[in-house]
Amino acid sequence: MNPNVKATMSTKHSLQIRVNGVNYQREVEPRTTLVDFLRDEIALTGTHVGCEHGVCGACSVMLNGEPVRSCCMFAVQADGMQVTTVEGLAPERGSMSKIQDAFCEKHALQCGYCTPGMLIACHALVAETPHPSAAQVREAISGNLCRCTGYQQIVDAVMHATAAEGANHG
Amino acid sequence: MKAAPFDYKRADSLSEALDALAEHGGEAKLIAGGQSLVPMMAMRLARPAVLVDINRLTSLKTVTTESGHVHMGACVRQRDVEHSAALCASLPLVQQALHWVGHQQTRNRGTVGGSLAYADPSAELPLACLVLGGTLHLESQANGARTVAAQDFFLGPMFTAIGEDECLVAIDWPIWQGGRVASVFEETAIRHGDFAMASAACQLQLDGQGVVSAISFGLGGVGGTPLTFPALAAQLIGQTLTPALAKDVAQAAAAQSEPGNDMHASAPYRRHLSAVLLERVLRQSATQAAA
Repeated sequence: MNPNVKATMSTKHSLQIRVNGVNYQREVEPRTTLVDFLRDEIALTGTHVGCEHGVCGACSVMLNGEPVRSCCMFAVQADGMQVTTVEGLAPERGSMSKIQDAFCEKHALQCGYCTPGMLIACHALVAETPHPSAAQVREAISGNLCRCTGYQQIVDAVMHATAAEGANHG
Repeated sequence: MKAAPFDYKRADSLSEALDALAEHGGEAKLIAGGQSLVPMMAMRLARPAVLVDINRLTSLKTVTTESGHVHMGACVRQRDVEHSAALCASLPLVQQALHWVGHQQTRNRGTVGGSLAYADPSAELPLACLVLGGTLHLESQANGARTVAAQDFFLGPMFTAIGEDECLVAIDWPIWQGGRVASVFEETAIRHGDFAMASAACQLQLDGQGVVSAISFGLGGVGGTPLTFPALAAQLIGQTLTPALAKDVAQAAAAQSEPGNDMHASAPYRRHLSAVLLERVLRQSATQAAA
């Protein structure tokens, strides 16, 4: 490829994305990744940018209900789609989801960098499998790197949150 | 790490995508799931001037079962194949291979065609495609449609028979019918979902007497392309696949591999791994087919 004929400016595209139930319309460069759109264009900074090449999982969000890496797609590709970020997991402002509560309870985070991605991966798992085995939890978070917890507390938290009613106490 | 600037075009039809490829030549790239391309663009290993998005082409997302094979659109997501009971029944090796492909977040976006078109030497779907003897359907504005057999498709690391104005539109996956068929895919990686240091796949069929009536097997991650061993496989037809025979065949195949060195594994270690994994998949598939 000839480096002299590269585009130096690219035409902006208008797009509309529904994030956590709110519609946003913005004009962005095609090279804006979905995670940069979320953080820089609509100021939802809960989703973290980690490796920016699809390895660490910190930027995981739900796209039309399925977990994806928001650094591995461009915002223009999500035009007309629905995104759920970590800010959209709690049932209402000021409260936390059952899994978020369990993360606190079981000390499933330390520095917190991986936490938004971990929470998305765990919520996606539980939406599909309400009572997962520990092995299923491990597989679900296998695409998310954590350098603090050693992962065990995260597995404990999901098991705690999804245990049968009444088994959570004691 | 951000991608270099590019122009974006969302194709509404295959002919629109092919027109864009013809117009821009090597300066345009197709994007489907983006799980290989977007990281390459982030690291600026790829700097396309134009990105042609084929994600919304419904014609590339259809799956039909025809006589003897599954015809699968190139933009079918890996997750959709993994979750289809019908496809898992007709293409057990593909299902097993998908278990090793990345993670749920990448399989939700990643497409079957994208993995084949990028042809990473350690990727699982190219190995499954070669072992099953798949056929790839390519299309361009200038030359229309053509098909390429898997053994002629993978040419080197990240290098396939796809021309720069061509689009991979579909894959035919052969279905093995009749008899007792079993398939096994095994892999060793630093972590589950990482690139394989070595992988091995086998599909075989036993007749009523427990004798091999059809078999194909191969290795991934130990050469510039996935490798199959048709001459060794032919020797097994009509034989009972004993553990001793499996070991001999696996060692003969591993001796033909051409692994490279990297920080995770030396070439001799990869060759050793490939013999171990291939012996395991041969033995396990023979046991499963006999059960």
